[in-house]
Amino acid sequence: MNKDIYVIVEQRDGVIQKIGMELIGEATKLAADLDEQVVAVLMGKGIADQAETLCQYGASRVIVIDHPVLEHYTTEPYAKAVHYVISTYSPNIVLFGASSIGRDLAPRVAGRVHTGLTADCTGLAIDPETKLLMMTRPAFGGNIMATIVCKNYRPQMATVRPGVMQMPAKDAARKGEILRVDAGLSMSDMNVKLMQVVHDDKKVVDITEAKILVSGGRGVGGSEGYQPLRELAAVLGGEVSSSRIGVDSGWIEKNRQVGQTGKTVRPDLYIACGISGAIQHLAGMEDSEFILAINTDVNCPMMKLADLGIVGDLKKIVPKLTEAIKAYKENQRV
Amino acid sequence: MDFKLDKAHQLQQELFRNFAEKEIKPLAKEMDEKEEYSQELLAKMQKYGFFGIPYSREYGGCGSDTLAYTLCMEEVSKVDASTGITISVHTSLCCSCLNNYGTEEQKQKYLRPLIDGSKIGCFGLTETNAGSDVQGAQTVAVKDGEDWLITGSKIFTTNSGFADTCIVFAITDRSVPTAKGLTAFIVDLKKTPGVTVSENIERMGIRAASNCIVSYDNVRVSADRVLGPVGKGFKIAMGALDCGRIGIAAQAVGIAQGALNEAIKYGKERKQFNKPINSFQNTQFKMAEMQTKIDSARLMTWRAALAEDEHEAFGPLAAMAKLLASDVANEVTRFAVQSMGGYGYCREYPVERAMRDAKITEIYEGTSEVMKMVISGSMKLK
Amino acid sequence: MKIVVCIKQVPDTAEVKLDPKTNTLIREGVPSIINHDDKAGLETALQLREQHGGTVTVVCMGPPQADVALREALAMGADEAYLISGREFGGSDTYATATIIGAALKKIGYDLVITGRQAIDGDTAQVGPQIAEQLKIPQVSYAEEIRVEGSYVIVKRQFEDQAHVLKVQMPCLVTALTELAEPRYMHAGGIVDAYQQTIKVLGFEDLKGLLNPEWIGINGSPTNVAKSFTKQAKGEGKILPGLSVDEAVAAIMETLIERHII
Repeated sequence: MNKDIYVIVEQRDGVIQKIGMELIGEATKLAADLDEQVVAVLMGKGIADQAETLCQYGASRVIVIDHPVLEHYTTEPYAKAVHYVISTYSPNIVLFGASSIGRDLAPRVAGRVHTGLTADCTGLAIDPETKLLMMTRPAFGGNIMATIVCKNYRPQMATVRPGVMQMPAKDAARKGEILRVDAGLSMSDMNVKLMQVVHDDKKVVDITEAKILVSGGRGVGGSEGYQPLRELAAVLGGEVSSSRIGVDSGWIEKNRQVGQTGKTVRPDLYIACGISGAIQHLAGMEDSEFILAINTDVNCPMMKLADLGIVGDLKKIVPKLTEAIKAYKENQRV
Repeated sequence: MDFKLDKAHQLQQELFRNFAEKEIKPLAKEMDEKEEYSQELLAKMQKYGFFGIPYSREYGGCGSDTLAYTLCMEEVSKVDASTGITISVHTSLCCSCLNNYGTEEQKQKYLRPLIDGSKIGCFGLTETNAGSDVQGAQTVAVKDGEDWLITGSKIFTTNSGFADTCIVFAITDRSVPTAKGLTAFIVDLKKTPGVTVSENIERMGIRAASNCIVSYDNVRVSADRVLGPVGKGFKIAMGALDCGRIGIAAQAVGIAQGALNEAIKYGKERKQFNKPINSFQNTQFKMAEMQTKIDSARLMTWRAALAEDEHEAFGPLAAMAKLLASDVANEVTRFAVQSMGGYGYCREYPVERAMRDAKITEIYEGTSEVMKMVISGSMKLK
Repeated sequence: MKIVVCIKQVPDTAEVKLDPKTNTLIREGVPSIINHDDKAGLETALQLREQHGGTVTVVCMGPPQADVALREALAMGADEAYLISGREFGGSDTYATATIIGAALKKIGYDLVITGRQAIDGDTAQVGPQIAEQLKIPQVSYAEEIRVEGSYVIVKRQFEDQAHVLKVQMPCLVTALTELAEPRYMHAGGIVDAYQQTIKVLGFEDLKGLLNPEWIGINGSPTNVAKSFTKQAKGEGKILPGLSVDEAVAAIMETLIERHII
C-alpha cells in the first residue's frame, strides 16, 4: 500500500535549496488532505546534520542518505538512491524541485520505477473523491493549463518550480524522526567522471529571490543598454533580469533570464522595459504582484498584461526615473 | 498545370526568406548608405549555395532549377535589391554562358568554383557607346600567337569591384558585322595584368551593389579562355541576357512585394482621423490593385522560369516578365512611399530605397523599350 | 562514430496568440519548426562529425507532417533520417514516448544520442532522460558544451550557479541547450538532395519486437490529462499613451509611492 508524501530535498555544495522547504510546505497541505505523513529525503555527503532543519519546516521524518559518491550531483548515484527509497518505502507521492537537477533526476527515476511524472507543476491538490494527486502545469509555451493525473502507477511523481509554492513557517521546536539509510551505494555507481567544477566569476544572482526586477527585452538593444536598467535596479534595491532575446544575443547572463526556459519570478514589482511579452516570457513573470510596462508599442501583449503601461521610449524614461527616485529618496532622508 | 510550389521548392523558399530576414535585412540600409557590399554577407550566401542554385551537382551547383532561383531572387530583393542583382549577374549572366557554351574542361576549371561558392562572376558587355546598341562595341581582341590581347573598356560591370571571373565580349573580326565578329572570353579580373577596375559608379539605386568601369589594356588571355566558337559572342551574350531577364523580373517582383508589405505593416499601426489608415477604403482598394499586379508579374516570371527549365524557347517570355515586373515595381514602390506619407520619404523606412532601386529594373539587361522589340519581334507582326 | 539526434517538430509557440474574444489559442497559421534545443543538438552533431568523422542520423517521432522537419535536418547535412510514426503511438505521454523512441534507437544503433533538453510545446524535459533509462546508458543533461575524445564525450553541464565538466564513455545520451550551438541554415542544394532521399518510416510493426506494446499510446501512458483550460484573464490594467518623458516619470513615481515601493 503506497503511503506518505516524499519530498526529495535538493542540496548543492552542502547547502539545502529553498525549493526543498517550499515542497515540504506544500506536501504538508497535501498530507493533511490524505491523512498521511511528510517524509523528506536528503542525499549528499556530510549533510546528515542538516536533517533537523527539515523537521523544523514540517517533515515528520527525514531519510538521510549520506555517501561520498553523492558529494556532487551526477545522475546515476542519485537515481539509484531515490529508486532505493521508493522500492523500500513505497511512497504514495514523490515531489522534486524542477531545478536543473530535479529535471534530470526525476524523469530518470520515473523511468526506472515505471511510473508517471508531471513536470513544472504550478498547482497540486488532492481530489476529494478519488484521492488522486491533481497536478496542474502550464503547457503549449505557457498559455494552456493542464491538470494531469497518474491513476494506475505509484508513486505519483511531480516536479515543482522554485518560487511557486509558499515557504512554510519554521518552528525551531518541531522535531521529527531522522533515519540514516544505506542505499547500497558505492563509488563505482558513478558512471561519469567529474573533471572540473566551474563557478561563475561574477557574484551569483538569484533573480527568483528579488522583490523588485527591472527587466530588459529587445528594446534594450545591446549589452550597454542594460546599464540604465542596472542603475534603476540599484536605486530601487532590486535586480536586473531579461527576456530570452537578451540572453540569446549575449547581452546578459543566462541566470537572469525570465520565462519558460528561464526562471519563474514573482516579485512585488516587475518593470518590463522594451519587452513585447511573448507567451513564454509572460509565463515566467505574469504572477508578479505589480507589472509596470514601458514600451513604444501600445498593442504589445506586455501592455495588455501590465497593471500600468507607459507608452514611451525606455531609453529616455528609465534614466529620468532613476534620477527622480534618487531625488525623492534624498528628500525623504532630510 | 499546378500553380502551387512543391515541397522542395517551399522549403527552399523558406530558407531564402529566413536568411533574407535575419542576415540581409539588418545590413541593407548601411550597405546602401556606404555604397559597399558586405563581403562577410557574400561569403555566407556562398556557403549556403545561393550562387549556384540552378546549376548541376555535377559541377558543384545545387542541382535545383530556374524556378528556385527566382524564389531566391524574390526573397532577397524584398529586403535588399542590391543583393538581388549581385546574385543575378553572377548566376544568370556569367555562369549561364559557361554552362551553355563551356567545354568540359572549362566547366570544371571556371564554372565549378563559381557555382560551388568559391568565386564570384560578372559580365562585361556594355560599353560607354554600346548600351541598347550592343553592336556599337569597340573593345577588341587581337590574336598574338596562341593567345589573345584584349583592349577596351566596359562600363556598368556589376560585381566587378570584387569578382574573380568576367565574361568579356570583344570584337575579333572587324571585317564582318559585330553580330558575327564578337567573341566571348573568360577573364580573371584579379590576377591578370592590364585589368583596371574603377571605383563604384555613383548611382540612384542598388547603391550597395558593386558596379564599375573595367578597363582592359592589352590584357593577355590564353586560347583555352575563348568561350564558345570565335565569332559566336553575340549569340552567347543574347542567350545570357534572356536568362538574366528572368532574374531581373524576379528581383522586381521582390522589390514590389517587399515595399507593399512594409506599407501594409505601417498602415495597420499608423492612425489618422482616429483610424488606422488601412481601414480607409481608398487605401484598401489601392493595396488590392497593387497586390494583383505583383501576383501577375510573379506568375509571368514563374512561367518564363519553367519554360527555361523545360528547354523551351523562353526569350520572349522572359522579356514579357521583365517588362511587366519592372513596371509594377516602379508603380508599387511609388505607391508605398505615398501610402506611408512623410515617413515613407524618410530613410528610416526602407520604401524610399525600394523606390530608388526599382528604376533600374526598367533599364538594365535590356531596357523596357528593348523588351518590346524582343516581344514584338516574336509576334509575327509583318 | 554514429551520432543519433532526436528532434521534435513543434508549433512555434512564440507566434501563438490568444484570441481575446474567445480566450482560446489561435493555432492556424502557426508555423512548424524544429524545436530550438533539438536544432542546437543537431548542429553540434554536424560539427562533431566534421571534426571526428562518422555519421549523423536524425530521428523524429511524429505524424506524417513531421516529414518536413526531417527534410530540413537532411538539408542541414544529416546523413539519414527516420520518421517514427503510427496510430498505435498516438496519445503517448513522456514514458510511452521514450519507450517508442528507445526501441527505434535499439534498432538503428548509436554511439552518442543527442536530444534537446525540452520541447517548447510540452516543456517537460523528461523524454531525453527517460530514453537514457530505457537504453540503460549514462545521461548528461543541460549540455552547454560538448567535445569528443576517442570513445569519450566531454560535456560541460550547466547548473543554476555553476557548471560541471564531465567525462562520459559512449554509448551515452546528452540533452542539448539552445546555447550549445548556433544552428546553420539549410544548404540550397542540400534541400534538393533531401527531397531525393528516402526517409525511412518506423511503424508499430517495425518496432514491436523491441518494446512492450502495453507501454505505448494512451493506454500505455502512466499520466493522463484530466482537463485543460486557458488561464484566468488578469484584471484590466491602465495604459497611458502619449505622455511626455516627464509626465511618464511622474505617473510612475506616483504609483511607486502609492504602493510603498519607495
